[in-house]
Amino acid sequence: MSRMGRVSFGGVIKEICLAYVPEAREGDWVVVHAGFALDKLDEAEALQVFEYLEQVDALNELDEQPERDAAAPPVEGDER
Amino acid sequence: MKYLEEYRDADAARRYAEAIRRITQQPWTIMEICGGQTHAIVRYGIDELLPPEITLVHGPGCPVCVTPVELIDKAVAIAMQPGVIFTSFGDMLRVPGSSADLLSVKAAGGDVRAVYSPLDALKLASQHPDRQVVFFAIGFETTAPANAMAVYQAKLQGVANFTLLVSHVLVPPAIEAILSAPECRVQGFLAAGHVCAVMGYEQYEPLARKYSVPMVVTGFEPLDLLQGIYMVVRQLEEGRAEVENQYSRVVRREGNLPAQQLVAQVFRVVDRQWRGVGRIPASGLGLAPEYAQYDAERRFDVSAISAQESAECISGLILQGLRKPWECPAFGSRCTPEHPLGATMVSSEGACAAYYRYRRQAAKEAVDG
Repeated sequence: MSRMGRVSFGGVIKEICLAYVPEAREGDWVVVHAGFALDKLDEAEALQVFEYLEQVDALNELDEQPERDAAAPPVEGDER
Repeated sequence: MKYLEEYRDADAARRYAEAIRRITQQPWTIMEICGGQTHAIVRYGIDELLPPEITLVHGPGCPVCVTPVELIDKAVAIAMQPGVIFTSFGDMLRVPGSSADLLSVKAAGGDVRAVYSPLDALKLASQHPDRQVVFFAIGFETTAPANAMAVYQAKLQGVANFTLLVSHVLVPPAIEAILSAPECRVQGFLAAGHVCAVMGYEQYEPLARKYSVPMVVTGFEPLDLLQGIYMVVRQLEEGRAEVENQYSRVVRREGNLPAQQLVAQVFRVVDRQWRGVGRIPASGLGLAPEYAQYDAERRFDVSAISAQESAECISGLILQGLRKPWECPAFGSRCTPEHPLGATMVSSEGACAAYYRYRRQAAKEAVDG
């Protein structure tokens, strides 16, 4: 029999086949379909959706920047 | 982190919607492939957050919906035979065949059971060596590794009373069929995250190049979908047609290699009939010759069964993104989830069921004017 593991779905525990995620260890998050773990969740990538949004918003502010710069007074102590 | 609720944050969703509005200069039509994404879009009203220039159309990625009537008739014929335990995912049971569905076989005394996993069906076969246990193996690439493992284990353990009725389909040939149709109006795709979790996304790169369409591998939560749409629109506005990965917390470019290996060992690529769409060459999976003894169509000799679609159901047009559910005259009247004419009204991933559940009133107003 292939490797099985107990996976909690918000508290509901199910016996899940881990044959396709040999690297999965206790405490890992996995994506499950039809009783099989298909992939381990990459926690380093989990915030990507928010980081991308920050970049998109920053890009927008940058686009609006030139007008604001033109009106801004010179920075004090600026040695040019 | 619980990796779920975070991706439903309303403030971040509004910011994404605003960002999409800022970059949209022209009208664009984008298709989401996966029925799970269709449901999330309709349920959370993602389409209503978008600027009017962006049209989302719903694709053929509902496995229950594209399973041909003929296969359901075969399932019914097998399930009615004495000594058979017929197992299936639950949402397949109410899909109408030509004259009956699996639930009505059960009501008439047939042993039809909903299971969570094909391994549960295999376990039933081990527990009932005097019975024939058949599993209805439908689905896209996401489900293929599970079904491959069930057959592989059956062979390994010598469980001879277990077979699969296979109706597996593949996403890239369906995308190509949609893109090569003369009436196609899709300009960009949200590729299905969980299919790509298994298969990776290298297969999509030649398609994106050949048809000049951007494709973004996308997850299933509201922020995933909004980011995926943003990435597609940005490519369209910049004149790019690349494959990008929004769902990087789950999907890697190469996909899941152990899963791909077992699928390649147990199955081989075959032509498949798609319900409402027709025959697409090399668009599905059948059991490889070494596993032919686990093929229910051979064991039960149902190959002579053929069937016709319901004339009234327009699910073929729905599945190709050519019509919206409310444009069907039967929607919500002669066709409801309780009495469906076609599979798109039955499945939890079907577009018609999604609109019936979340948008019935709006759909009615659109029709009534």
